[in-house]
Amino acid sequence: MPRSRIAVRPDEVLFRVGTGIFASILVVGVLAIGFELYRQSRLSIHEFGWQFWQTDTWDPVSGQFGARPFIWGTLYSSILAIVISTPIALGIAIYISELAPAWLSTPLVFLTELLAAIPSIVYGLWGVFVLVPAVRQLQAATPAALKSLPFFTGPPLGIGMLSAALILAIMIIPFSSSIAREVLRAVPQAQREGAYALGATRWEAIRMALFYARTGIVGAVMLGFGRALGETMAVTMVIGNTPRISWSLFAPQHTMSAVIANEFSEATSDLYLHSLIEIGLVLFVITLIINVISRLFIWSMGRQRRTRPRAEPVLKAAA
Amino acid sequence: MKLWKRASLAAGAVLVAGAALSAQGIINGAGATFPNPIYQKWFAEYNKLHGDVRINYQPVGSGGGIQQVSKRTVFFGATDGPMTNEQLLAADGKLLHFPTVLGGVVPIFNVPEVKSELKFTGPLLADIFLGKVTKWNDPAIAKVNAGVQLPASDIVVVHRSEGSGTTYIFADFLAKVSPEWKSKVGVNNALNWPAGIGSKGSDGVTGQVKSTPGAIGYTELTYALTNKIAFGAVENKAGKFVKASTDSVTAAAAAAATKMPADFRVSITNAEGDAAYPIASFTWLLLYESPADKAQAKSMVGFMNWALTDGQKFAPEMGYAPLPKAVVDLELKALEKIKTQ
Repeated sequence: MPRSRIAVRPDEVLFRVGTGIFASILVVGVLAIGFELYRQSRLSIHEFGWQFWQTDTWDPVSGQFGARPFIWGTLYSSILAIVISTPIALGIAIYISELAPAWLSTPLVFLTELLAAIPSIVYGLWGVFVLVPAVRQLQAATPAALKSLPFFTGPPLGIGMLSAALILAIMIIPFSSSIAREVLRAVPQAQREGAYALGATRWEAIRMALFYARTGIVGAVMLGFGRALGETMAVTMVIGNTPRISWSLFAPQHTMSAVIANEFSEATSDLYLHSLIEIGLVLFVITLIINVISRLFIWSMGRQRRTRPRAEPVLKAAA
Repeated sequence: MKLWKRASLAAGAVLVAGAALSAQGIINGAGATFPNPIYQKWFAEYNKLHGDVRINYQPVGSGGGIQQVSKRTVFFGATDGPMTNEQLLAADGKLLHFPTVLGGVVPIFNVPEVKSELKFTGPLLADIFLGKVTKWNDPAIAKVNAGVQLPASDIVVVHRSEGSGTTYIFADFLAKVSPEWKSKVGVNNALNWPAGIGSKGSDGVTGQVKSTPGAIGYTELTYALTNKIAFGAVENKAGKFVKASTDSVTAAAAAAATKMPADFRVSITNAEGDAAYPIASFTWLLLYESPADKAQAKSMVGFMNWALTDGQKFAPEMGYAPLPKAVVDLELKALEKIKTQ
């Protein structure tokens, strides 16, 4: 074995081993969480098997448990939140990094980051007292022609999918927008100058910067998505906590994290408790899958770029 | 230097005194949230009388209380619904139920057009919560509320989103008066609700009903009173419409006391008697017949003797109904079964 070029000094070894241990804590932690979730939910895994993912019934009285309405509610509310929040978050990021004068951009950055510091329960209270009544009026004013569409059926309760998606969108905007802003700032000035030199307008130069930063921007959106998937308190206060699959934005629905938070303390039978923990396992698996998909997506975008001669994969770290 | 010495001496004396005080340690309990306010009041008041008895209660929910006491991680448990036979068998020893106070569950509503009081029969409440009666001017509601102008608005059913003893009591009553409820929904802390929206906690349900026109929900009498929200009278088994009050809830227990089973696991919903409010229940404390720590057992029995007699006077002011004397007498006898040496 050829010895490494750097002489083996004790502090080097210590440094290497120390950081290695810290890095492995994370991996071991994730594996341990997965294993523990499995161990604590084996009763329901054994009882329902794959049926658990496909059943709509959640009946603690007869001991029938299925996760499908909760999976639906979590994915539907999070996707809606992404659809609502992405244009806004991107708009904020572009304005702050490209257009706003310095005296305006600093307070804007501060304010968006302040949004991220508000506790979820406060969002929930605001949702109950401000957002839900407003949404109820909006729903009551929905024209009859729209009401025949599957997205707008049901009585105007205020409480339901629309309120949940809106509150989630507001909660994830600061996350997506700050990452997107940083990514845009990391675009080399030379790129912009090059664009201007070629006669690009301001909008064209920004478009170029957006294209350059696209992997990072996708990463920013995925980070927001991940946060929306797990958000609990604010959602449970406005979504209506009803495990029923529906396309309607007006319908009360339920999410995975909300059902765990709601029912855990009073889950009296073992099978009930194990089913709730299996919901946690399902959420864990789904989050993992979504993370892998977004990684692959970002990775494939990075590969496309590498085939272009001039682009550098500077932004991979940011993604 | 001198001051330092004196200070450390004083600190030492305090430590020694503290150790003597807590020779038997703190008695730990966990369980239902519904009786938590009065339990905390009792433990504080009893501690004033008996400085050496310190009881710590964690309101983690009935389910959590049953689980913890079954594994003996706490000295006593508390629950709003009696333990099932399977749960009793799973426990680490023989557990005894002791009713401590009574609570009533009331149907609360928010119909801005209706200024007068509303009345409900049991089957009508069941049909509303089954989602079969969906308008406030439904003939079934109009029939029992003759003379009240009812609007044609939608009924919005609000129920608890988490498992709760309150839900258990409400469902227990509905199952007794409606065969359809019994077969379709059943009785439990958490249900597969056929209609409506779920809100977290008693405050959640109360707040939701208050802010949603056309809403109906159910909550403990205490919450309805403190939140000043309208609640309806409910028809009892004798055919009388009774509004919930600490008196009418105690009356329900008095009716049941004559047929009290030896283990006190009894449902008193839909009780007999003209004055009895039909949606009422005991809340129970769970104690082992043979506790591991005999010193704590002795203190706890002493506390229970006080809570069931003198302690009952705190109940009405806190919105709970006191136990009828007949039940207290039975319980005092049952307390003697607990082995304190």
